[in-house]
Amino acid sequence: MIMLNGYAGKNLKINVSSGECRVENTAPELAEKYLGGRGFVARLLYDGLEPGTDPLGEKNMVVVATGPLSGHLLPGSGKTHFGSLSPATGGYGDSNLGGHFGPALKYAGYDYMVIEGAAPKLSAIVIDNDQIRIVEYEELQGKGAIEAEKELKARLGEDYQIITIGPAGENKVVFSCISHDFGRQAGRCGIAAVMGSKNIKAVAVRGTKSIPVYNPAGAQKKGEEMYRVCFSKPGFKTWTPYGTASLTDWANEVGVFPTRNFQSSYAEFHKQINGQAIRDRLLVTEKGCFCCPTPCGKYGYAKTSVGNAYVEGPEYESIATLGGSCCLETIEEVAYANYVCDQLGLDTISAGVVASFALECFEKGVISANDVGKGISFGSLEDVVYLFEKIASRDGIGAVLAEGVRHAAGVFGQHSDHYAIQVKGLEWSGYECRNAPGMMLSYMTADVGAHHNRSWALGFDISQSDADVSALISAGTSGELPLSSPEGKVDHVISMQHSRPLFDALGICRLQTMEIGFETAHYEDVYELITGRKLSWPEMLEISERIWHLTRQFNAKHIDGFGRSADFPPRRLMEDPVTTGPNKGRFLKREILDKLLSEYYEKRGWDQNGIPTAETLERFGLEKV
Amino acid sequence: MKLTVKEELCSGCNVCRVVCALENFSVVRPSRALLQIKGNFPDPGTYNIAYCNQCGVCADVCLEEAISETDGEYNIDYNLCTQCMDCVDSCPFEVIIVNDSGYPAKCTGCGKCTEICPRAAVSAR
Repeated sequence: MIMLNGYAGKNLKINVSSGECRVENTAPELAEKYLGGRGFVARLLYDGLEPGTDPLGEKNMVVVATGPLSGHLLPGSGKTHFGSLSPATGGYGDSNLGGHFGPALKYAGYDYMVIEGAAPKLSAIVIDNDQIRIVEYEELQGKGAIEAEKELKARLGEDYQIITIGPAGENKVVFSCISHDFGRQAGRCGIAAVMGSKNIKAVAVRGTKSIPVYNPAGAQKKGEEMYRVCFSKPGFKTWTPYGTASLTDWANEVGVFPTRNFQSSYAEFHKQINGQAIRDRLLVTEKGCFCCPTPCGKYGYAKTSVGNAYVEGPEYESIATLGGSCCLETIEEVAYANYVCDQLGLDTISAGVVASFALECFEKGVISANDVGKGISFGSLEDVVYLFEKIASRDGIGAVLAEGVRHAAGVFGQHSDHYAIQVKGLEWSGYECRNAPGMMLSYMTADVGAHHNRSWALGFDISQSDADVSALISAGTSGELPLSSPEGKVDHVISMQHSRPLFDALGICRLQTMEIGFETAHYEDVYELITGRKLSWPEMLEISERIWHLTRQFNAKHIDGFGRSADFPPRRLMEDPVTTGPNKGRFLKREILDKLLSEYYEKRGWDQNGIPTAETLERFGLEKV
Repeated sequence: MKLTVKEELCSGCNVCRVVCALENFSVVRPSRALLQIKGNFPDPGTYNIAYCNQCGVCADVCLEEAISETDGEYNIDYNLCTQCMDCVDSCPFEVIIVNDSGYPAKCTGCGKCTEICPRAAVSAR
C-alpha cells in the first residue's frame, strides 16, 4: 500500500440492506486529482450513480468525506462533507458541517464512507475504529435530532461523535438536515432525507488512531505558527465575539437582507436580531468546531411565549431567513424557531424560505385558512413553528411544503412561482441580490442551487474590493449606495467558485481566510508538511475547477433537459423593485442576467446552453465523463 | 509549568489535545492527549477540562518511587517504572494514560496547550 500521508488511508463502504461492510485503501489517484471532501463526494457520486436514479431509492448513495487537512493541527480543520443525488434538486447535492465528526472518522481510520442500500428497520451505523455495526434503534423513531444525539451519547459513550437526523429526515422532507454536536448542521440539499430513505437515523464514530504525517515536527511547528498568525489578525478580536451574526447589521446597511419573503432587502428591526442581541440576551457559551480559534458557534438559551430552549446560534443565515424572511422580530423568537428546526431536522435556510413563501401565499389569498388549518401571518412565531411541525410530519399542507417552494408553487399555481425564491429547486440563502449582479450570478450558477457558499461575490458587488468580510463589516457604509454594475463581475465569480469550494475539498473551514483574512500561502506550506506533496495554491485551484466542471456535468447527466434555463432566479428578483431600504426601487432585468450568463459560459468553456464542451472536459482530465 | 483552567472560557475546540499528543508523542492522535475536554450539552451548555494539576497522588501511590517532583512538576522515571499502572488507576482526574509502549504517561508541564489555546481557557498557574 502506498502511504498517503495526511490521509487516514482507508475508506468504508456500507450496504445497509445486506449489512456488508467493505474497507478499502483510499486510491492515491483520487487523492491526487480531487484532494478530498467535496472532491471525493463529487467523483464518487458521479461514478456511482446511473442516470434515472431515484434520489430516495436504495441506489442513491450518502457519501461522507474528510479532506487531507481534516483532523490536523491547523485553524479550522474540522470540516466534514456530505453528498448525495439531491431529492431537492434532482441534481448534484452536497453540504458540509463543522464540529468534530470528520476528525473522528479519520482517527477511526477512514477518509470517507459511502452508505448504500436501505436498512430493513430504523438503525444507526456504529463505528468503533475497526469494528463496524449496524444497530437497530426503532425506539429513536420520531425523536428530535438533538434528542437522538443525547440518547446515543448516553448509550455509546461521550467519546463518540455522532450525526443524526430528525423526524423531517425520517419523513424524507427534501430540505431536511444532518445534525451533529448539538447544533452544527449539514443543512443543504436534503441529504438527511436520503439517510431517512435508507432508514439510517444516525452514524456514531469513535476514533482513537493516528493520522500519518510526512513531517510531524515540521507540521506541528507550522500549525502552531498558523495559530499565532490567526491571533494577530484584527478579525480574531472583532469577528469572534459575534461570529456570522455580525453580518446582520452590515447586510441591512447595504440592503441585501432578505425580508418578507424577499419583497424587501432591509428589515427595520434588524438591531433586535443582530450579533449584539445574541450576546446580550441569549449567550451561554462560545462553542467551537474542532481546532477553531474563532468560534462562530454561540450557544444560548431563548425564552419565548411559545417555548424556551437551549440552542446553538442563530447563525447569520438563520437570522436572515427566519428573522428577515419570516419577519420574526426578536432574537429570542429567531433562536426558538432555529431550535425547532434543529430538533425536527429541518435546514433553517430552506425552512425559513419555505415558511415565508407560505406566509405570502396566505397573505395573497393563494392558500386559505382551510388549506393551512389556520390563519397565518408574517411575524408570528407560533405560525412559523406550526408550519415547521406540519412540514416535518408531512401533515396536511406540510406534505406539499415538504417538497420545497418550487414544487409547492407548482401545486398552488396562481403565479406563485414568481416569488418561490429558489434556483434549481434549492431555496435561496440569506443574501438578496437586486443590487448585486455578481452575487446574483453566484446563486444562479452554483452547482447545488441557490446557495452562497460557492461564491460570495457580495462584498465585491458592494465595495468593488476584495476585502475580507471582517474588514467590510468594520468599514460599514456611508451615504447613498451606488448602483452596482455587472461589468467585470464574471471573472470574480468564477475565481470565487474555485477558491471557496477548495476549502471544502481540503476539509477545512474557509472562514479563517474569507472572514479573518488568513493568507492562503500558509495552506501551501502546511499541506506539503502534512502530505509530503508540493502543491501551489493555483494548482489546488485548478483541482477545484476540475470539480466544478464535474458537478456541472453531473447535473447534465441526471436532470432531464438541464441547461441554461436552470440558471435563472425567480421572476421576483428580475421584475419586482425592492420595496424598502437602501436598494429601494432596484432590480436586475432578465436581459442583464442573460448577458452575464453568456459571458460566464464562454469564460467557463461551456456551450451557450451551459454544458461543458468536450475540449474543456479534456483539459481537466474529464474526457471520460 | 503548573496548569490552571477557566472552564467558562473553553469553547471545546480540542486544539489543546491535538498539540499535546503531537508534542509528547509526535502523533496526530488526540486520544493520546494528557488532558481531556468534556462538553455538557444540550443542557446546561458547559465544558469541563480534566488536567493534571500536579497534585502528586500518582507519586504517593508509586511503590517504586518512579514518580518524583522537581520544581512543582511530577515526572516519571522510566528506568524505575515497572508498568504496574497504580498511578493510572489512582489519578483523580484520569489524565494519566498508557502509551503505545505500555508505559504510563502524564503531563510534563510542557505548556504547549497554554500557548495554543485561543481563549486562555488553559494557562500557566
